Amino acid sequence: MLWKRIVAFLGIVVVLFGVIAWTSPSIVKDVKLGLDLKGGFEVLYEAEPLEGGEAVTKESLKKTANNLLDRIDKMGVEEPEVTTEGSNRIRVRLAGAENEEEIKEKLGKPVNLTFRAPDGTIELDGSDFKQNGAGIGYDNLGKPFVTIELTNAKKFEEVTTRLIGQTLSIYLDEELLSSPGVNYAIPGGSAQITGDYTIEEAKELRDTINLGALPLKLTEKYTQSVGAQLGQDSLERTVEAGIIGTIIILVFLIILFRIPGVIASITVITYTWLLLFVFNLMNATLTLPGIAAFALGIGMAVDANIIMYERIKEEIKSGKSLMSSLKAGSKNSIRTIMDANITNIIASVVLYYIGNGAIRGFALTMIFSVLISMITNIFFSRFLIMLIIKSNLFNKPSYYGVKEEDIRAL
Amino acid sequence: MRFDTKIRYDFVANRNKFFGFSIAMTVIGIVSLIIFSLNFGVDFKAGTNMDIAVGKQLTQEEAKDLLTGIGFEHVRPTVGGNGNHVTARFDEVLDQTKIKAVQNAFIEKYGDQVSAEVNIVSPDMAQELGKKTIIAVLIASAAIMLYVMVRFDWRSALAANIAILYDAFFVITIFSIFRLEVDLPFIAAILTTIGYSINDKVVILDRIRENLRFGNYKNKNQLAELVNASVWQTMARNIYTVLAVIIIAVCLLVFGSESIKLFALAKLIGLVSGAYSSICITSPLWYLLKSKEKRKVAVKPTTSS
Repeated sequence: MLWKRIVAFLGIVVVLFGVIAWTSPSIVKDVKLGLDLKGGFEVLYEAEPLEGGEAVTKESLKKTANNLLDRIDKMGVEEPEVTTEGSNRIRVRLAGAENEEEIKEKLGKPVNLTFRAPDGTIELDGSDFKQNGAGIGYDNLGKPFVTIELTNAKKFEEVTTRLIGQTLSIYLDEELLSSPGVNYAIPGGSAQITGDYTIEEAKELRDTINLGALPLKLTEKYTQSVGAQLGQDSLERTVEAGIIGTIIILVFLIILFRIPGVIASITVITYTWLLLFVFNLMNATLTLPGIAAFALGIGMAVDANIIMYERIKEEIKSGKSLMSSLKAGSKNSIRTIMDANITNIIASVVLYYIGNGAIRGFALTMIFSVLISMITNIFFSRFLIMLIIKSNLFNKPSYYGVKEEDIRAL
Repeated sequence: MRFDTKIRYDFVANRNKFFGFSIAMTVIGIVSLIIFSLNFGVDFKAGTNMDIAVGKQLTQEEAKDLLTGIGFEHVRPTVGGNGNHVTARFDEVLDQTKIKAVQNAFIEKYGDQVSAEVNIVSPDMAQELGKKTIIAVLIASAAIMLYVMVRFDWRSALAANIAILYDAFFVITIFSIFRLEVDLPFIAAILTTIGYSINDKVVILDRIRENLRFGNYKNKNQLAELVNASVWQTMARNIYTVLAVIIIAVCLLVFGSESIKLFALAKLIGLVSGAYSSICITSPLWYLLKSKEKRKVAVKPTTSS
């Protein structure tokens, strides 16, 4: 009867560790590393309206971000992250990107496309063009022309009505690209730009207009770039530090708490594995402060165990039986652990909301580590120790780090 | 039953020593902040920070010569790691060509394995971050205070909150006095210090609450005894837990990479301060607040004392 429980205990542990050993290599391989570990760079842009353009709106900011993403994609960078922040910021994060200068050159100076009247007034700017709306067509003679689509058909009609017989010049920043004439008012929001273009020239103009449909002007506010080698070093050293610390703690736990210490070691290892697993599921990015949070989270996970075992020890010392000590101890400690962890989550959530980039990763790791710690180190730990105590094999108080002479008679 | 722990040190009776020490530390911190301010890193001060893994041994002199050679005379590089790592802070916002120039200078001298981390922050961003941080600390502590108030009582919330703010400020004090660099991870360290520190406080307050439920106290002495007993009953847990997290923080400090070292140090200071303030500040403070309440309610009818 009693052996059943110990077999169940061993079975669970063996299966669990088997699963951990089996899945760990692929989990570790799948972890998405942040640019501080992988190398790469991050730029925070502040968006301003173009000269004479409308104020920055959520929509135009989103559009600009999407446009940046398009450009980056065209440059062949893997897994770019482009996010909008607040009311006027865009963060571009490119982990693993190497040709930083080239990319920044292209992103940092977004082309400012304008269509101007002969007297130089800006009639249309990048925001007036539909994103990726420009294309190429061919006339009867096989000569290429560029087609454009506009977001505001009325505005374009008005402009072309006004400029009949004049030119509507296309400028890229201050460089004149082309000066097509306006032959008649154009309704319907789409138009053709004809001229003596070669196919190459037409394609270039098309791309320029497409890329130029960047509604906002961007300035770099913050940049961070990390060399790949440096990132790799940071990763190795910090992971190493975390592992060394964890091993020391586990040894301590086993010396101080004996059997429960062994169980704490099992749950702490499970916790680490589960946290990495959830991390991958969420597709979260592991950053350097994230690893630190991970390691410190192990400290917290240990804390949950310590609170519980100290409590059980106390109950044993007060003369209760092992079983009732366990019950009283874990019942009394759960409330404490919950309160302590919830306050920690509150602090992490605040951190998540004010933080940026790496700090957000850190806060997220903290939140998840606390949640997973609660599952593994309260419930799983209690379940395992219950099996051990019920097995009756380890019924001496010394197995729980309690000296016989410390126990009072009830 | 639960009160017969061997009391080795009376924290409540000696409270004025701790209050005195902590007030003194806070005053020193304020003075230090006024005189020295903080050694703001690139995240808070506009400029450029370069962290260069050279991969070969070099001295500070060599690094300085190299930078002077390409026109950066006022930059004081520091050499860290195992003598193969250079950190240089430029007060200006460097553009891409200048950054390249610095990198190339190192590559020319030390070879292709040179790898760098570059941080550039513009002035308004830095200020904004500073403001955000202060707001975050206040919001976090207010939220925590509210939670403790709901779960415990206002006395616990006040006693705990004063102590966690003290812990956060203590870390800042140490960083100010020793001129340690304050960067973005430092903020994370401060904010999580609040998280860990409240953890310790909750454990003790929870025990006080529990003891209060089982044992009644008739006078201030018994209340002091109850608080002391609660502190000592949770002492083992507090020491073990702090030890566990300290082991990790020390490992990060000793073995971790350059950029995580200051973070680990800030955490370490915060953890030690958190453990201290839970025992020596929060508990006696709670006693003080609670004993005041008692006097009003119970002592009134008998004015003899």
